[in-house]
Amino acid sequence: MTGAQTLFDGLLVLLLVILAWVLLASKDLFRAIVLFISFGLLLALAWLRLKAPDIALAEAIIGAGITGALLLVGLGRLGSAVRCRPLPVRTTPLQRLSAPLLVGLLLPSIAAVVLVELFTLPIVASGQIKLVAAHLEHAGVDHPVTAVLLNFRGYDTFLEMGVLLLAVLSIWSLDRARHPFARDQIPAALLTLQRLLLPLLILVAGYILQRGAQGPGGAFQAGALLAAGIILAALCGHRLPPGHQGLLLRLALSCGFTTFLLAAAVTLARSGVPLLYPEHLAGSLILLIEIAATFSIAFLLAAAMAGGHPVPEAKPTAIDERKSA
Amino acid sequence: MSVSVLYAGGGTLLFFIGLHALLVYPHLLRKILAANIMGSGVFMVFVALGARSSDGVTDPVPQAMVLTGIVVSLCFTAVALVLAVRIHRLTGCTTFVQDQEAAGD
Amino acid sequence: MMSLIDLFSGALILASLPFFVAGTLGLLRFPDLYCRLHALTKADNLGLGLVVLALMLQAQSWLQVLRLLLIWLLVLIAGATVAHLIARKALAAGHRPWRRP
Repeated sequence: MTGAQTLFDGLLVLLLVILAWVLLASKDLFRAIVLFISFGLLLALAWLRLKAPDIALAEAIIGAGITGALLLVGLGRLGSAVRCRPLPVRTTPLQRLSAPLLVGLLLPSIAAVVLVELFTLPIVASGQIKLVAAHLEHAGVDHPVTAVLLNFRGYDTFLEMGVLLLAVLSIWSLDRARHPFARDQIPAALLTLQRLLLPLLILVAGYILQRGAQGPGGAFQAGALLAAGIILAALCGHRLPPGHQGLLLRLALSCGFTTFLLAAAVTLARSGVPLLYPEHLAGSLILLIEIAATFSIAFLLAAAMAGGHPVPEAKPTAIDERKSA
Repeated sequence: MSVSVLYAGGGTLLFFIGLHALLVYPHLLRKILAANIMGSGVFMVFVALGARSSDGVTDPVPQAMVLTGIVVSLCFTAVALVLAVRIHRLTGCTTFVQDQEAAGD
Repeated sequence: MMSLIDLFSGALILASLPFFVAGTLGLLRFPDLYCRLHALTKADNLGLGLVVLALMLQAQSWLQVLRLLLIWLLVLIAGATVAHLIARKALAAGHRPWRRP
């Protein structure tokens, strides 16, 4: 490792820390969110420096892109102003002292202790690298990260699909979906962009999905790219037809989870261990689960973006027509 | 001393900056941003410590877990935002505090 | 030992730097939103084009060259569209373009 690389790493870490502080302290929340998006992109660079290209891809698409868009939509609904400050209540001197003590003294000292511990931490062993490498030939895929995600620790990904599904369920129970633009306000440039980008996004998502077996890529990144495509289409005024908002939409949302569940049930019945794939089938099983998961993740992320359960587009009622007439 | 310790240190700082903001600022959206920064800090420590090895190969297990974690933190953000919008609609507040004046009017 | 290709790549990257500096200076110093957008999209896209050209010289295969070209084109299209959308929104919100006083 050369001096120039160390300098780059140092600058990058410094920039990330300063950016985090500035964005959290900035007065204007819109500015904070824009800085958060650039924070995510710089973080993707840091993941590359840590030799984690899978995470870099996911961070750029999910961490910076989709989270940023979600936050901007949320800001549009909440507003930037702090409403309802706490009323001043009668406190004892000790109570008044506790907050600055906690924030000004306790937090920095815990941080300092953790930092010192980190710098003196010995490298115990090379982690699970050898273990993963030893079993990689039986995994059905060649890329270690994909092997861990979908074979060795497949239950992690299985439960994660469950978490995504639960998140969308709770969003659906709290609110109904809202459309960002009225249909007649869509800029022509956006429509052109969509016509160019949508086919390309689908193509690239398929490429990244299939590439996950050998190198960086896989279901998460591909699903997030597809979700971006769905969001772009929604911005351009495309809606799910009412006939597809019922069972079909629910099937699309849950197919990742149910495919995993089926795989777990079948392997449990065959070998007594859930998600223990037979070696000659592992590759195709993983591909099947990944395709279902990609599809599901795309719809789940887009549903989270819509911010509520689907409502068929309101037809003008009799009262509305009378008003306009 | 190596690059991974540098990044792990940066991740620790990010976590504490986020925790500080989570405690100090009242606006709900800023709290959600702060929790996201905290999460990024944790991920960074995780991957950085996984990248420490003598032969230059990184540990794929922490990477896979962080990949899962990024999606879970997106789920957190989405649900928290819908809850914040709900709080805003029910109380008119953009903070957790609901005092008598705001609730009474 | 540096080969001729490495020298060319280095020269191209060095040539891209002034464009990025100009774009950033424009973003920081120009008087209104429209001028800033102009500086950012034009100068930075050209700078990025030079960087992509430098990387193309280092590519191992034609497929990589094509991928790099695709990335540059995508950035161009996305940049142009986003700049247009921002400017449109600003005009609709009543921001008048700056004139020399």
